[in-house]
Amino acid sequence: MTTVDHGAVPAAGADAQYRICRFSGLRIESNAERLIKVNAVAAVLFLALGGLMGLMVALTRWPAVQLLPAEWFYLVLTGHGANVLLFWIIFFEIAVLYFASAVILGCRLAAPRIAWLGFVLMVVGAVMANYAVLRGDSTVMFTSYPPMQASQWFYLSLIIFAVGALVSVMIFFATLVVAKAENTYDGSVPLVTFGAITAGIIAVFTLASGAIILIPTWLWSLGLISNIDTLMYKVVWWGMGHSSQQINVSAHVSIWYAIGAMVVGAKPLSEKVSRMAFFMYILFLQLASAHHILAEPGMSSTWKIVNTSYMMYLAVMGSMIHGLTVPGAIEAAQRRNGFTRGAFEWLRKAPWGNPAFAGMFLSLVMFGFIGGISGVVLGTEQLNVLMHNTIYVPGHFHGTVVAGTTLAFMAMTYLVVPLIFQRDILWPGLAKWQPFVFGIGAGGISLFMMGAGTLGVPRRHWDISLADAAHPFEFPAAAYLMMGLNGISALLAALGGVMFIVIVVGSILAGPRLDRAGAKLTFPLHDKSREAVSEYGSHGTLKLPGTLILVGIFFASFVLYYFVNWKYLSELWLFR
Amino acid sequence: MAINPPSNRLWWKEPIHGIELGWIVIAFLWGLFMFFFMIAWHFIGNQNLSSETYRIRPEAYQEKVEAFAEEFQATDAAGEPLEEDGVPVVRPPVGGDAYILARLWEFWPILELKKGESYRIHISSADWQHGFSMQPTNINISVHPGYEHVITLTPTGSGDFGIVCNEFCGIGHHTMTGRIRVVE
Ligand SMILES: [Cu+2]
Repeated sequence: MTTVDHGAVPAAGADAQYRICRFSGLRIESNAERLIKVNAVAAVLFLALGGLMGLMVALTRWPAVQLLPAEWFYLVLTGHGANVLLFWIIFFEIAVLYFASAVILGCRLAAPRIAWLGFVLMVVGAVMANYAVLRGDSTVMFTSYPPMQASQWFYLSLIIFAVGALVSVMIFFATLVVAKAENTYDGSVPLVTFGAITAGIIAVFTLASGAIILIPTWLWSLGLISNIDTLMYKVVWWGMGHSSQQINVSAHVSIWYAIGAMVVGAKPLSEKVSRMAFFMYILFLQLASAHHILAEPGMSSTWKIVNTSYMMYLAVMGSMIHGLTVPGAIEAAQRRNGFTRGAFEWLRKAPWGNPAFAGMFLSLVMFGFIGGISGVVLGTEQLNVLMHNTIYVPGHFHGTVVAGTTLAFMAMTYLVVPLIFQRDILWPGLAKWQPFVFGIGAGGISLFMMGAGTLGVPRRHWDISLADAAHPFEFPAAAYLMMGLNGISALLAALGGVMFIVIVVGSILAGPRLDRAGAKLTFPLHDKSREAVSEYGSHGTLKLPGTLILVGIFFASFVLYYFVNWKYLSELWLFR
Repeated sequence: MAINPPSNRLWWKEPIHGIELGWIVIAFLWGLFMFFFMIAWHFIGNQNLSSETYRIRPEAYQEKVEAFAEEFQATDAAGEPLEEDGVPVVRPPVGGDAYILARLWEFWPILELKKGESYRIHISSADWQHGFSMQPTNINISVHPGYEHVITLTPTGSGDFGIVCNEFCGIGHHTMTGRIRVVE
């Protein structure tokens, strides 16, 4: 490790140790590096645990297999939600925040001791939550609505985790202050950092609502509060629950831009537009949480329409803008790289063999087409009645959080391992296929669950044959087929997940060392990567025929699917 | 050490290019359209969830449902009260009130409705939160203890319809069902 001496750095950070990354030219401080490493490793371990639980869930919901007994199914499903949706994603997000602040801005991490405290709290919370769930008295599912009650340890563990995460987010903000004070960058922060700031701000709101809802629930589980209003609980719960998903969106959109910059040298078409789209998330996303409460009694239609639509569609607009500017930036960069023939040479000749790029692009496409469109349909006041609490809902959020966020985070890991761990990717042949295997599996899970939900299959349900039910009822054969295909897709996604974990753990432990002179990356960065990720300024809009066609297809699918669902709705019984 | 000097410091002053501007306008108009379409459906469509809701103690609701079931229990040709698997079959008056009680782990009682007639269906829970999911006509509504939700429902098809709970409510969740029968 090279220590670079910088006379310009004030005394506070004088003992900070830096090295210069030989591939990206980024200046990396040792505390930042260590904390990124531990957070990323913790993330991957919880992904392994939560992913295994997810596979068991899918194999149980495959009616021909029905792997687990009912008690275990509900327990494992609770654990699956906590491990992947909270622990994997938030640990990784903290690593992303540290990367986007300290590494991209080339400064030291603020208060590394407190950053370690945050990390330790998060680990304690996550381990304790798994203990509480595995004990069997906290099978309340990820949405732990009262009056159903978990053990006090379950709520306490989530509070501890949230406090740890909050501490870590504060370190991120403090690091931005350090970078500014120590002049490690010039002018505005780069777009990737800007996106991370959006994620950080949303995270603060979210963790605060989390505390507001979890602390009374914890007191209730201790018997100190006797009654919790179920409807109010749900409203506040979703103030945390949905906004927390927007942290993921902001984080993975930042990663799309970062990977585009590092792998093909992409710069945003227009800084102003891309930043405005991020900013719209902050302004409008909090209200979108109302779309979980559309089938609830007691809320007026006006409240539902204003909260879900007017504000949410402005946030949706933010995502639609990224949906043009991200592929547009890549097309523009690829045309600059010399792939100018026809509408799609830039895409055909893109570095599909590089798992970082492949994962990023698949994440972009599936997040838009599957997660995005289904999210809007699900969040439409009347259409919600068609799929509320059916397995369509997990279908939608596997489209956003698995095919979107998780795949983007995996793609980013292929850059984090060489740049931060300084180890090259082991088994590049396997790594090339990993995003496709996982991505196709995750996309399949999402689509087949959505299909089954349209046929009425409930979510979180052990036995759709209703064999022991008081009044049995037959779901159509197509529903069984969908659940079987979901199981097969889950096997594929699990295979992709295992490949990912084997490659990452193998590379970290035994990958070829990159901190030696002459070492080369198996999956090279673009020679302009450093400028592209750290230098701001717009690329400008060239002619982008390929992106226009892609966006046109997206918009047509969106409109078509939206009206197909209104058609379904109009065939239901009349109700008002 | 500074990061590379910017190519254009004044990025916020750059003009937005035509392609991006066009897409922003389309996305905005589409958002507005979707917003107004939800409002429009309240006038042009027949599927809008009611927000008529009352606070009620779960025990009081349970008593109301039991009184309702007793009063309107259907009888067979011999005048014997109709039951199915020990659950009364109830024929609410056309245009009148009908009650469904969700509790661990059933929807009680069985309603018998007439096709094409409207009923004021009251739904609440005696214990946990449940999910009212009617099949194969896919109508899904949340059920809370302490909140009595009233929905005016008009069946447009006849036959036996299943109600499945789709809000996790404990270990017997997958056995929680009910039934609505619609006669011509
Ligand atoms: Cu239930």
